[in-house]
Order: sequence, then C-alpha cells, then structure tokens
Amino acid sequence: MNGLAEKYPQEIEEILSKYPPEQKRSAVMPLLYLAQREHGYVTKAALSDIAGLLDITPTDVASIVGFYTLYHEQPGGAIRIQVCNDLPCALRGADEFLAKLCDNLGIQVGQTTADGLVTVEAVMCLAGCDKAPMFQVQTGEGLEYHENQTVESALELVEGWRKQAAASAIPAPTEPEDGSIKERAERGTTSVDQAERLRMKGQGGGR
Amino acid sequence: MNELILLRHRQIPDLHLLEVYQQNGGFEGMRKALTGMQPAEVTEMVKASGLRGRGGAGFPTGLKWAFMDNKSWPHYVVVNADESEPGTFKDREIMEGNPFQLLEGVVITAYAVQAHAAYIYLRGEFWQLAAQLDRQIAEMEAAGLLGDDILGSGYNLRIFTHLGAGAYICGEETALLESIEGKLGQPRLRPPFPPSYGLYGKPTVVNNVETLTNLPLILSKGVEWFRGFGTERSPGNKIFSLSGCVKRPGNYELPLGTTFRELIFEHGGGIPAGHQIKAIMPAGASSSLIVANEQALDTPMDYESVPSVGAQLGSASVIIVDDSVGIDWVIQKTLRFFQHESCGKCTPCREGTYWMKHLSQRIHSGQGTVEDVDLLHEVASQIKGKCLCALGEFSIEAVLSGIDRFRPDFETKTGGEQPVPLAAAVPTGDETGSFPE
Repeated sequence: MNGLAEKYPQEIEEILSKYPPEQKRSAVMPLLYLAQREHGYVTKAALSDIAGLLDITPTDVASIVGFYTLYHEQPGGAIRIQVCNDLPCALRGADEFLAKLCDNLGIQVGQTTADGLVTVEAVMCLAGCDKAPMFQVQTGEGLEYHENQTVESALELVEGWRKQAAASAIPAPTEPEDGSIKERAERGTTSVDQAERLRMKGQGGGR
Repeated sequence: MNELILLRHRQIPDLHLLEVYQQNGGFEGMRKALTGMQPAEVTEMVKASGLRGRGGAGFPTGLKWAFMDNKSWPHYVVVNADESEPGTFKDREIMEGNPFQLLEGVVITAYAVQAHAAYIYLRGEFWQLAAQLDRQIAEMEAAGLLGDDILGSGYNLRIFTHLGAGAYICGEETALLESIEGKLGQPRLRPPFPPSYGLYGKPTVVNNVETLTNLPLILSKGVEWFRGFGTERSPGNKIFSLSGCVKRPGNYELPLGTTFRELIFEHGGGIPAGHQIKAIMPAGASSSLIVANEQALDTPMDYESVPSVGAQLGSASVIIVDDSVGIDWVIQKTLRFFQHESCGKCTPCREGTYWMKHLSQRIHSGQGTVEDVDLLHEVASQIKGKCLCALGEFSIEAVLSGIDRFRPDFETKTGGEQPVPLAAAVPTGDETGSFPE
C-alpha cells in the first residue's frame, strides 16, 4: 500500500522518466516536493512511500529531507514567508523589514501566526539582492518571489491570504501525528533550526 | 550603449518567446555546429574564443570539454543554475529573459562532447523558472530543435530540469552531481574530475548558465567577433551583479576589464548621499574585502587584474559597503551564511565556520576582547587549504582580509575585560542573537 503512488501515478511516472532506469534514486528530490504538496511537510508515511518507490531505505530519504532546507520535517503555517536577510539584502534594510513584519504579525522569526496560516522565516540568499527587501512564499504548491517589498505591501499580502483562507481557498494545515497548531506556533521551526538539528544528527555528532 | 551578448532581451522585447528568438538569429549557431561541423571542431572553436567559465573559477571552457574521457560512455552535460552566492543574481535574469540562448548553448555543448542527455540543475527557489524552462524545452522539441534528429542532423538530445532544495553547496560541481544522483549534496574527493568521472560515474561537463549563453553567438558570429570584447586573456562580456550600498543596484553586462569605478559610479549611480565607499566585495560573500581606495577603483575587473588588489573576480557579484557599515558586522553576516551552508563533510569547515560565526557575533555584540580578534584570525588561517571543496576557503576570505585591512572596526568593538568562556558556546538556534553566555 503506497499512498503516494496511488495518489499521483502520472506525476511519478513523469518524474522517473527523467532519469536512467537504473538510477531511479535521482528521483528522490522531485518526489519529496510531490510528497510535500499536501501537508506542506514530509510525513513519515511519505518517507516510506518514496523509499518503496526507489528501493532505498526510509532513512536514506530522511537524510535528504534533513540536508536540504526546502524540505520540512515539521508542519508549519500553510504559507511560509521566507525573508532573505543575508549580507546584500541586509545592506538594504532586510533586517529591519523582517523585524517589523514579525512585530506586526505578533510573532518571532521562525514562528507561526496563531491562526496557523503564516510562518515567517529568515533564509539565506535568494538571488534577489538588487530588489531587497524581498522574500519568497513557500506553500505545498510551490514557491513565488516577492521583491521590492515594504512592511505594508507584505502585510497586504497576508491580509489577502487571510480573506482567501476564510473563504477556504487555502485549506488549514491538516493534523497528522504531532501536536496542535497552537503548540506548533509556540514551538516555532526555522530552517536555521533545521540546520542545527542536522549538525547534531548527521554531521559528526552532537556538541 | 555597448553591444550585449547575454542580456539581449533588454534590447529585444519578448526574446523569451521562441518565435521572437528565431527571428533574431536564434539557433543559427546551433545549426552551424550540428549541420556543418564535427564535434571536435566545435570544441576547438570554443577553445580559440578564449571563453572562460563564468561560474567563478574562470577555467577555459573549451579546454574543460577537451578533457572528456572518450573511452567511457555515455557522456552527460550538466548546467549549473544553482546560483546561490550572496550577491549573485545574473543567471536568473538570463533564464527569465533570454532562455532560448541558454538552451541553444546547451545543445551546442552537448553536441561537442557527444552527450545525449543534459540536466539543468536549478536551485530549488527557482521553482517557477524550472516550470518555464520545461515549457520552453517542450516547445523546442515540438519545433524539431531538440529531441530526435535535431535539424535533420541525426543528432539526438534530451534536456531535463532538476530542482535543488536549498543548499548553497550544490553550486560546487561535484556536490551538484551527488545531488542529482539523489544523495546529500556533499563534494567528492578530486581527482577524478567530472570530465572523467561525473554524473553516474560517467564523463560529464559541468558549465555555468552564463558560460553556456555565450556559445550561440560565438558559433554564429565567430571567434574574432567574440574576442573584440573584453581583454586579451579575459575575452567577452561579463554580467556584473551590483548590490549593497549603491544607488542603482542591478545586473550590468560590460566588457571584462571595465573598472570598478565605471561600474559603481557610472552605471550604479554611486553611493547614497552623505556616504563614502569603504569596501568592495567583487565575488559575493566568498570574496576578500578590497579597501576601496583610488587604486582599487581604477582596477580593471578581469580575472588577471583583480588579484592585484587582493581579491578574485569570481562570479563578479560586486557588493558595495559604505562608511556607515562596520566590517565586523559584514563578517558576522558572511560567517552566519557559511556556517549554515557548510555541508558538514570536512571537519575544518564544519567546525571552523561554527566557531568563527560565534566569535564574530561575540565581537560584533561588543562582548569580545582583542584576543578574540586574533583568535578569529587564527581559526580562519587554520581552515585554509584543508577542505575538499572551495566552501571552506571561501568562508575565510572576508574574515582574513577584513581583519587585516579593517582591524580598527573590530578592535573598537572590543571593550570586554573578562572574556566570555568559549566552552560556553552551545548552539542556540537563535541566529540573530549574541554570543551565548
């Protein structure tokens, strides 16, 4: 029983056709994006499904999730706002932008709004340095760039999503195994946390 | 206005449409190669053009192709579209505005090395771009410009996109290959180099987006035409991504050998009012910090000249720092980046970036001592030359040059009488916080 294969047979076939048949492990990254569509993060069931499709172990798949920052092991808001505050953007006010955006949303960097809709994260360079402040928006469906932003324009965007969500265009994140939305919001997850976890987990032991 | 080779979409509206591209000389270079030249002749022509890799290393492109092992098959072409160096945003503009010129360049390259499959590895954030390229690849296939028997030449090629998922290290060519193979993006021990042992263990050419986008016009207009741009040893134009403390940041396609002064003051409009230029990072976060004096400003930006002011041209992502910014702050930003992006394979880089990040944060927050500045310098020196790939090396460029050339910025921050014990440094996950006590 492979939930992913049942749900997306055509997409999976297309993905596998890109790589030599004896090299199907190459499909692990596109399959993880596919698996993330529904919940916005990779569930344990999806790890096994992908492992089954590619004849590798769930641990192999989990190592990929842990290594790359665009795969999420934990649920977040339905929408992740990922603000670049790397050097070139910070020289153009990205740190202040990020702080004010979070203030206005009543959260800290890395946290999710109480309604479970938006998580704000600080991320590394997004190749939009000349149009800072800028961020990308990640949902299960994909990624979208928003450049030359102000706090006002970003808040307008959030307001628009809230209206859409109220009209249930964006489904609230579903609840698999761990914790309520509120708990998750309090706990907060950031891609930086993820990297630190990887250090402890996979990169030569804990500190 | 100077003649453009790469950002031609700025002069030709809708160049991203197949029809418009065809009407403006599109696929002429590819037609010439596939229907009138032997693969080895194409390689020779690219060698003669003097084209050098635009990803950062500046390695001669034709020479790289000539290294392909012809005893091992199949061959692969991999396009590095991972563009993740802080300050670099040129490949993105090429792919958005002039995508068919890139794709044509891929066909020319693949023909030269007799590959029948090419992968374009895009950073995961370029999700929309990948979808757009997929559509454009399909259009080319439908028009007989890609797929089986291209232009009736009997040559077959498929191009596929592959999305990364947020890892700077995958811009390193062997880590990129590992990533396509579905593994952690960690660099391989070299040699063997990709032209003998690359994707799936087969000979592979890995080239940057900007490099490949030069090829169609080199083929169609010729070597002499191309050598009419730039300098003797660094021919052609280069896209300079200008960012930071400058009035008009953006991409500027200029001949190699253009001075920093012309880029920053003529094209970039200079420094915002009330401030003076202080430092230049010509190769993004991986760059040494150049003291922006008159001599530096008059230095030509090409692969040979930039080292004379103590830096490398690299990917030509020119970040400008003005006198309102402390170099200690710059360093803690670059180190935060490198610590986050270290893949963890080599101990000096993994541990070194970690300690350097915390030391730099401690100094920047005013809790450090003069000894901490020396210690930071020493840790950086110890990373040098001890890692499998360039990331470890890149992480120390700004640190060493920053402390050597702008030491007062660090020392004026150090007021602490009592050093905070380093043993107390534990990961907090709080990236913006100060040094943990």
